[in-house]
Amino acid sequence: MAHGALRRIWGLAYRHLALFRRSWPRLLELMYWPTLEMLVWGFVSSYLAGAQVGGAGTGAAVAGLLLGGALLWEVTLRSQMGFTLSFMEEIWSRNLGHILVSPLRPRELLAGLMALSVVRTTVGVLPAVALAWLLYGYGLFAVGPVVVAFWVALMVMGWAVALGVTALILRHGAGAEALAWSVVFGLTPFCAVFYPVATLPELLQPVAWALPAAHVFEGLRAASGEGARIAWGHLAAAFALDAAWLVAMARVFLWQLQRARVRGMLLTIGE
Amino acid sequence: MAGREAAPIPAGMDGTPALLVEELTKRYEGAAVPAVDRLSFAMPRGATWGLLGGNGAGKTTTIAMLLGILVPTSGRVLALGRDMTGEERFAALARMNFSSPYVALPQRLSVIENLRVYAHLYTVPRAERRIAELAEQLQLGELLHRPAGALSAGQKTRVALAKALINRPELLLLDEPTASLDPDTGDWVRGWLERYRAESGAAILLASHNMGEVERLCEHVLMLKQGRIVDQGSPAALLAKYGRDDLEEVFLDIARDRRRASPAAAAQ
Repeated sequence: MAHGALRRIWGLAYRHLALFRRSWPRLLELMYWPTLEMLVWGFVSSYLAGAQVGGAGTGAAVAGLLLGGALLWEVTLRSQMGFTLSFMEEIWSRNLGHILVSPLRPRELLAGLMALSVVRTTVGVLPAVALAWLLYGYGLFAVGPVVVAFWVALMVMGWAVALGVTALILRHGAGAEALAWSVVFGLTPFCAVFYPVATLPELLQPVAWALPAAHVFEGLRAASGEGARIAWGHLAAAFALDAAWLVAMARVFLWQLQRARVRGMLLTIGE
Repeated sequence: MAGREAAPIPAGMDGTPALLVEELTKRYEGAAVPAVDRLSFAMPRGATWGLLGGNGAGKTTTIAMLLGILVPTSGRVLALGRDMTGEERFAALARMNFSSPYVALPQRLSVIENLRVYAHLYTVPRAERRIAELAEQLQLGELLHRPAGALSAGQKTRVALAKALINRPELLLLDEPTASLDPDTGDWVRGWLERYRAESGAAILLASHNMGEVERLCEHVLMLKQGRIVDQGSPAALLAKYGRDDLEEVFLDIARDRRRASPAAAAQ
């Protein structure tokens, strides 16, 4: 990437990082929900481990999967929100017009939003991962280095969802901003976060297999407990689906950006 | 109609005018009439032109198309020789800038942080030095570390101007640069723009409701009504043409259709 492009992407990132530097509540908010989620699932996991559900050792294994699932699902949630809310921030501050008449190309805008998503996800989820280890003795990274691949695959899925949500905001204006918080929650039942895809009704299983997250969580289950192994097939499927969804949603985003240019939405989108 | 005739095209250093607008039309989806209707003009390099018209005359729509943020229904815009509808607009956008009271800078960022953001977005070399220059010229020194949202209207206008000048633009589009300013601050901004233009040689297109401002700053005025250029010329020529003492009266003559331009004067 050319130096000019990197500098423009950094300009967008600097704008948001400066905002965090000036506002500790924003920084705290990043960590708040992942930590809360981890605490709730941590207590549920502690209960299940203590109850020895399904026989000796099974409760502890289930508890680990629940906590691991909860922590990794937060990666997708925070990645999607990190991207979408950074875009929304430009609308709320009525700054989007300035950004879009600067030399920042649309692909650079997307790269900047993705970079911010990485920062927001890391700052939001890593403290919860550390607390899970401190409070419940659950080490997410004890699953092995494959967790990093799971993390990346889920983050990319978050970007794909965010591109779709942002495209809807460009299409319908700030009135569609509630989607920024709700879309990924709607996908949760199909992503097999806490149960295998086989648990879903047969009719819904193809929907689950079309989502990268379902493959990641099947992979997490395969990599945990007795007979742990890396499910390379699921990992490859997750990344292939990520690539397909990312390209498709990026095209939808760019199409809606162009439509917004035609419809005159870009100067008035915050109003 | 005199205004429908395209002005002669003065060439810039590289043979192109600052802005070349040809048969520019914008009809929003579902609208019965176009917001901008077959606008044509060529603004030379280094000139300051005014875009005058009442509410809904098409000024903001025109500026949005000149910036490439709005795609015309038909016609074309070349800014600094670049087509503003396609990808090559980014090359032009790096050499132009824009300020409008309807688009804000992030309020929670300090002034210096805002200016750094735009220095990066416009890939300004030696950004800190440029920011220091602008801070001195626009008297922003004491404001640099204050949040943009905590500034007065006049201070915000100066910061918005600093943002608009961060990349030393060859073409500056200003949408109502002195709106909501008190007369003293408005006068300071106008004086500053006069000096800036003289020193930099930048072309400035100014959309304004302030007739005194246009009369003082602009050598050529485009009068817009219902999306069309209904008249144009230098302020002096328009005053003579309509037999008026100030542009506000000319503006009202056009807006209210209350008096036609004198044919004799128009022929001069």
